[in-house]
Amino acid sequence: MAAEAETASTEPLLKTPFHARHVAAGARMVPFAGYDMPVQYPAGIMAEHNWTRESAGLFDVSHMGQAFLVGPDHETTARALEALIPADIVNLPPGKQRYSQLLNEEGGILDDLMVTRSADPDEDGALLLVVNAACKTQDYAHIEARLPANVKLVKAEHRGLIALQGPKAEEALAALNPEAAEMGFMTLRTMKLGGVKANVSRSGYTGEDGYEISAAADRIGEIWDALLLDARVKPIGLGARDSLRLEAGLCLYGHDIDTTTSPVEAALNWSIQKRRREEGGFPGAARIQREFAEKPARVRVGLLPEGRAPAREGAEIATADGTIVGKVTSGGFGPTLNGPCAMGYVAREHSAPGTRLDLIVRGKPLPATIAAMPFVPNRYKR
Amino acid sequence: MAETRYTKDHEYIRIEGDTGTVGITDYAQGQLGDVVFVELPSVGKALTKGGEAAVVESVKAASEVYAPVSGEVVAVNSELEAAPGTVNEDPAGKGWFVKLKLTDAAELEGLLSEAEYQDYVKTL
Repeated sequence: MAAEAETASTEPLLKTPFHARHVAAGARMVPFAGYDMPVQYPAGIMAEHNWTRESAGLFDVSHMGQAFLVGPDHETTARALEALIPADIVNLPPGKQRYSQLLNEEGGILDDLMVTRSADPDEDGALLLVVNAACKTQDYAHIEARLPANVKLVKAEHRGLIALQGPKAEEALAALNPEAAEMGFMTLRTMKLGGVKANVSRSGYTGEDGYEISAAADRIGEIWDALLLDARVKPIGLGARDSLRLEAGLCLYGHDIDTTTSPVEAALNWSIQKRRREEGGFPGAARIQREFAEKPARVRVGLLPEGRAPAREGAEIATADGTIVGKVTSGGFGPTLNGPCAMGYVAREHSAPGTRLDLIVRGKPLPATIAAMPFVPNRYKR
Repeated sequence: MAETRYTKDHEYIRIEGDTGTVGITDYAQGQLGDVVFVELPSVGKALTKGGEAAVVESVKAASEVYAPVSGEVVAVNSELEAAPGTVNEDPAGKGWFVKLKLTDAAELEGLLSEAEYQDYVKTL
């Protein structure tokens, strides 16, 4: 039997503030983006996935990059960031969060990120950025090289980040602070959780209602421990995080989006607000405006294979006559769907939901249908 | 009496007369995690030692299962189509993949005994 090799590296692996807790809980640790991270706990990916869908899963996402962009006022900081991303940040209200992408000059995606405006009037001019672990060094260099003199990037490397996701996340977090229940989707509040000051946003990466909680690295373990005392909460590894986000139709950087894909090709049009579409003024605006007007030549779609065999990343997508029209960028088995699902890029003329295509798996065509995403309905708290 | 031999790739073959039942070990199913799909060869296919006998898909990844010895496929465990999780629950029993009619029994000599395999797993 031969399994896929884990990514090997000679660099020593970094550890999050929760490393010892993962090991003590019996997690299987794997190298991920330079960190030694839990891929699964003893319950296994299927059980962890299902637990998150039914109750509340607790994820260590401290490997992700957290940084503050700090300028003299919101307008100045927002304009500096808008020069790098296509989202409308100038009109982002205090305490609100938006998903966007750092773009290169060709409109390709350097990384995707969450941008949150501080809710605190004393912090007017501060934006919190959360970027991908594997991209953070390049992202920070890219951003810093393009900031005006009065806006600074302040890396928050002394902070940890956890995600609490699932239908019982609200009850579990509200047990530590009732304010959590009052929050709307994509909002941020600063609150005390068991004596620890935390920045809490109502967001996540599983399609479920939930929260992301950022706090000082030397205190965030107390929040983790307090949440795990709740019978509704169990720790969940990166394996289930991947199957959850795939069912939710969410992009994984380096797989579903990269420097060659634009946000329009990636079907992330919703993340580019009207003002920015019209005004442009972000890297690659000419390409992206053209793609909005004319539609892109290829587009990210959902794919549902017939039967139970999963199609993985890299599988080619073909028409019935064998013409290759695209490639799978993420694929696997969806425990909630109880079947395989995938996403990938196809030529636009083959992208309509219901279109039947073949996925080439181990040399054989596997019939599949283009399907609307998410594969499992989102349950965000609007 | 049936004798079971093992490969360092974590396949087993349980020999009864001139046929052998092939599956993966308990250690292997533990490493794979939840099995969600098994692709089996067709009956009558000739397998060569070290060649692909089956493919096991877990939630996370696809893994090949190699034939421990050469032989012709005389039966496949079609129950795994509906219940692939049997590979996790009972890998040495109901979770078998294929039965082979051996073409060269001498190939068994190169495989590990139960005790040798258990010692090998301890080193991993």
